[in-house]
Amino acid sequence: MFIKQLSVFIENQEGRLEEVLDVLREEQVSIISLSLADTSDYGLLRMITSNPEAGQAALKEKGFAAMLTDVLAVRLSHQVGKLQEILSHVCKAGLNVEYMYALSNKDDEASIICKISNGDEAAELLKSKEVALYSQDDIMRIFC
Amino acid sequence: MIWNETKECMSRDELEFLQGKRLVKVVDRVYHNVEFYRKKMQQMGIEPGDIKGIEDLHKLPYTTKNDLRDTYPFGLFAAPQSEIVRIHASSGTTGKATVVGYTRRDLEIWSECVARALAQAGVTRNDIIQVAYGYGLFTGGLGAHGGAEKLGAMVVPMSTGNTKKLTTMMKDFGVTAIACTPSYLLHIAEVLEEAGDIPNIKLKAAICGAEPWTDNMRKQIEEKLHIHAFDIYGLSEVMGPGVACDCEYHKGLHVYEDHFLPEIIDPNTLKPIGKGESGELVFTTLTKEGLPLLRYRTKDLTSISYDKCECGRTLARISRFKGRSDDMLIIRGVNVFPSQIEAALLEMGGITPHYMMIVDRKNNLDTLEIQVEVEERFFSDEIKELESLTKKIAHVVQNAIGLAAKIKLVAPKTLERSMGKAVHVIDKRNLV
Repeated sequence: MFIKQLSVFIENQEGRLEEVLDVLREEQVSIISLSLADTSDYGLLRMITSNPEAGQAALKEKGFAAMLTDVLAVRLSHQVGKLQEILSHVCKAGLNVEYMYALSNKDDEASIICKISNGDEAAELLKSKEVALYSQDDIMRIFC
Repeated sequence: MIWNETKECMSRDELEFLQGKRLVKVVDRVYHNVEFYRKKMQQMGIEPGDIKGIEDLHKLPYTTKNDLRDTYPFGLFAAPQSEIVRIHASSGTTGKATVVGYTRRDLEIWSECVARALAQAGVTRNDIIQVAYGYGLFTGGLGAHGGAEKLGAMVVPMSTGNTKKLTTMMKDFGVTAIACTPSYLLHIAEVLEEAGDIPNIKLKAAICGAEPWTDNMRKQIEEKLHIHAFDIYGLSEVMGPGVACDCEYHKGLHVYEDHFLPEIIDPNTLKPIGKGESGELVFTTLTKEGLPLLRYRTKDLTSISYDKCECGRTLARISRFKGRSDDMLIIRGVNVFPSQIEAALLEMGGITPHYMMIVDRKNNLDTLEIQVEVEERFFSDEIKELESLTKKIAHVVQNAIGLAAKIKLVAPKTLERSMGKAVHVIDKRNLV
């Protein structure tokens, strides 16, 4: 029910992001979705990729701080209020969204990647509300 | 003006005789009251009776900051606690402070020395002086304060931190002299300049110290504020500010040699070196009771001139410092060793991450940035975790050195690795 996100520390410096992408290209790792969080000194690149393990290994090899994190990929339909509806379950359970970004596919769907405080509880909760979650296999099958 | 002509203009023979007499007494004092010195002298096979004058100085053991640390807090005190009336402390290399103690007589002599320095800068009892060094454990504030009171000037004990109040009082009171760090004075000058207040102040002299500064900086201060600026030197172990100060001729800082006996040694061989040559400055305190030190190694590199000065003083002069024989930095008047940062970072979990200290001077104030490599064990996919990491590092660093530093996380393996001794400091201030 969780999928692996590849997170990379990037200094706010010319060319650093490009270097990361170059390493992934060399390794033939495809980026399915990404978000770049920025602070004044550094950025945090979070990615869903075709091969997170290989991506992490290649990045570490090149000296980058890279890690894998379990996140939820929530499948949504393109309807007004869908995301709000899911978040209302999360809020009621006293859980907190750490971060969130969009994941789109070829079909007319608007999925999201999110990390919720207490991931296991969040996953159980969403399942009980019959919210569809992508598995790592789904991701590979649908997006790659 | 010369505050104490008898002492400051003594002939070299008379002075050396006085120094010799005092040296004999201080050696006797530490031998009988301080276990550290007694043991050291016994190991070296010398007794107080072997020291008959300053020609025997070279027989005595050296003292270092480490010795003070090893005997923390009061181990080197040569007076019973009942006679110690004041403590000051400066930051030490491993988080423990270097503690110094003063008897009532020590404080009187300290004030005498600072009064000499102030008089040297033209300050008299008719002046109003702002002391804008930090008051507290740091020797700057209370040290300058005592001397200014001894002189009879009207003292405004500003301490540091509120520049607006300082400049307002400077105008309203008609302040004529100020004692503070040179970088702070430049900052004050800029604040006054921006407000168009330079014509509204009566300042004529500044006595600046506690951090290295250049002749250029002095000229900059003098031109901006239309004043004369003087360089005062001291270190808490030896006493505090007022060990030496320059005169209107600015050709070196006069050492108050009747209280502090200076030597220059080769920091590698530890042998005294020829007159006029550069090396490490070493002081033996001649009159201190609370914490007398034999041949204390300052680690400051300089040379001594014994020529009579145009000002009339016969006191030896130390030249502007040429650097240090250790890696100590002086940032905003605070002594900082890279090893302190190292020890603080160790608290982050067993191994010290790679780090680099970037020291700079922006708007005339020293800045310290510490770049820390984000190793895997620190890394997180959440910004708030990384932010709490920087806060935690900032906190341990501030606790260790008493200074706020900007912490910047950088990618692993991006900081420079050197082949030999690790380089952990980039000082962009160009002070030497």
